[in-house]
Amino acid sequence: MTESSAGRLLAHPFNFAYLDEQTKKMIRRAILKAVAIPGHQVPFASREMPLPYGWGTGGIQVTAAILGADDTLKVIDQGADDTTNAVNIRRLFAKTAGVRTTTRTEEATVIQSRHRVPETPLREGQIMVFQVPIPEPLRWLEARESETLKLHALADYGLMQVHLYEDVATHGRIAKAYDYPVLVNGRYLASPSPIPKFDNPKLDRNPALLLFGAGREKRIYAIPPYTEVKSLDFDDHPFTVERWERPCALCGAVDSFLDEVITDDQGGRMFVCSDSDYCETRRAPTPEAADD
Amino acid sequence: MYVAVKGGERAIANAERLVAEERRGDPAVPELSLDQIGQQLTLAVDRVMTEGALYDRTLAALAIKQARGDLIEAIFLLRAYRTTLPRLGDALPVDTGAMLLERRISATFKDIPGGQMLGPTFDYAHRLLDFDLAREDAPRTPAKTVSGSPEFAVPRVADLLGGEGLIEPSPRSAAAEVPDLTQAPLAFPAARPLRLQNLARGDEGFLLALGYSTQRGYGSTHPFVGEIRMGAVSVEYVPPELGFPVEIAEITVTECDMVNQFKGSAEAPPEFTRGYGLVFGMSERKAMAMALVDRALRAAELGEESGAPAQDQEFVLSHSDNVEASGFVQHLKLPHYVDFQSELTMVREMRAEWERAQSRPATEAAE
Repeated sequence: MTESSAGRLLAHPFNFAYLDEQTKKMIRRAILKAVAIPGHQVPFASREMPLPYGWGTGGIQVTAAILGADDTLKVIDQGADDTTNAVNIRRLFAKTAGVRTTTRTEEATVIQSRHRVPETPLREGQIMVFQVPIPEPLRWLEARESETLKLHALADYGLMQVHLYEDVATHGRIAKAYDYPVLVNGRYLASPSPIPKFDNPKLDRNPALLLFGAGREKRIYAIPPYTEVKSLDFDDHPFTVERWERPCALCGAVDSFLDEVITDDQGGRMFVCSDSDYCETRRAPTPEAADD
Repeated sequence: MYVAVKGGERAIANAERLVAEERRGDPAVPELSLDQIGQQLTLAVDRVMTEGALYDRTLAALAIKQARGDLIEAIFLLRAYRTTLPRLGDALPVDTGAMLLERRISATFKDIPGGQMLGPTFDYAHRLLDFDLAREDAPRTPAKTVSGSPEFAVPRVADLLGGEGLIEPSPRSAAAEVPDLTQAPLAFPAARPLRLQNLARGDEGFLLALGYSTQRGYGSTHPFVGEIRMGAVSVEYVPPELGFPVEIAEITVTECDMVNQFKGSAEAPPEFTRGYGLVFGMSERKAMAMALVDRALRAAELGEESGAPAQDQEFVLSHSDNVEASGFVQHLKLPHYVDFQSELTMVREMRAEWERAQSRPATEAAE
């Protein structure tokens, strides 16, 4: 090991948004195919990223592949822009792509998210990128990829229906709180990623393009704008979402997903919006906004 | 508020500085150089290169230093770097028969053409802590040059036996197109070339445990070490503008040919079958475990499936990668409070229902 070998270890310039153009092209092809077959999981040659698997490498690769120099990026984790993982991913793209970043849902052209869909309705032209740990909704019921592939090919989702029915029989309800399975475009059963079921209705006929990236599992799937997304249920046990008995303690919202924050060791707790941008926007502009 | 995960950029930067401080340790102690790691922690470097799937001793040494000796973290660093490198082309298959041997043993024959050569192995060392090593100026006894060290290419044992037809021949890859695990996602069923690529990158500990399980009745393969050889081989590449092979590198590899009993079937006569392991450097334990698992994964092809974990390719290949496994296991420490809140809401509702059911009069419940 000589001076020159140490010399070549000096900082290497990385391509725009980290990934090389060949890899981006490969990912874009997978995305196009995914958009063409809503809800179908498209295998792609996922790369090792400078962040660990499980931290959102699938979402990061999708974002890297679609990001342009004039995009504005928002990254959230648990609905919040200031969670460490969200900060870290935003930092990665600020460093490698130099794109404008924002915390405002309306301003963003690309929103990467882990576990939430923003409360502010998305609009046409926006792209939402979900980080997905296990893209296969049937994985908990059938561990083998070779088997689940067949079940999807045959649209044979009886396994899931029976599973949900067993929940009803045992617990009197469908006991699934997040990653609640959906049928996309009346054809493919898909995982909405581990968003709370509260967010599932937002996926239905959403004007934005919804992309899902699973890095470790090497799959990409999509819900194109205005696609029908149905949360599985039964006629006598219709799909419902979480409700809170109180509004957000900070902004008074009654329509948002609330996080429970433990405030002391006496059992004190408060409920606040998980969507930090939504909560701040409601508090900031006009004082009366907090009253509704 | 949830300060533990809402630290933001400053907290991340601070964590990085703390890592750097911990890595350096006491500044009174001289800093580790890449040369020291490359020269004195050679087996760590070998493992990181093998599972990092990149043959570069300097980069592997750097990764080990940066990872504070956490080899799986070092493997991750090397992989994340590797993925950014341009792909120039495919090398020709490496000819391990032409290896410049440093070590070569066979457990199946007492004497073999070319001889047995122990080389730098722990195999027969007494595992007694060597307190002389605690001194940095311990006297060195130079190793004797091996007198019998062959100066010529020594044929592989399995090839020697091949003449009799008792052992299956080395498979010749007919197709010019070799699948590449890093360029196409793993699909099942995976053919042997793809499986071997996966195993070569796979975690040593995982393969060791799986290989071990085949020796304890979970998919027995009756293995013998046909040959283990370690040494330098040349890597050749045919540049399109030249049209003939040019040697571009010399790398050290360890190859393990495991010979396994096969009782035969309606289609095939009884013969010895083979499991194969190949790793960078001297990762011999990994090479042997890989050969055992490779052979176990051929159970379906040879009609001897018994349902053992090591024979199940989806189970083995989907879980062998330690960068993937480490990431997914450790991601559990990322915030999950939204999902947990969903569950909390549901469990509260379910408890309320349960309590209502409990407090109902017995007669009503009986109806």
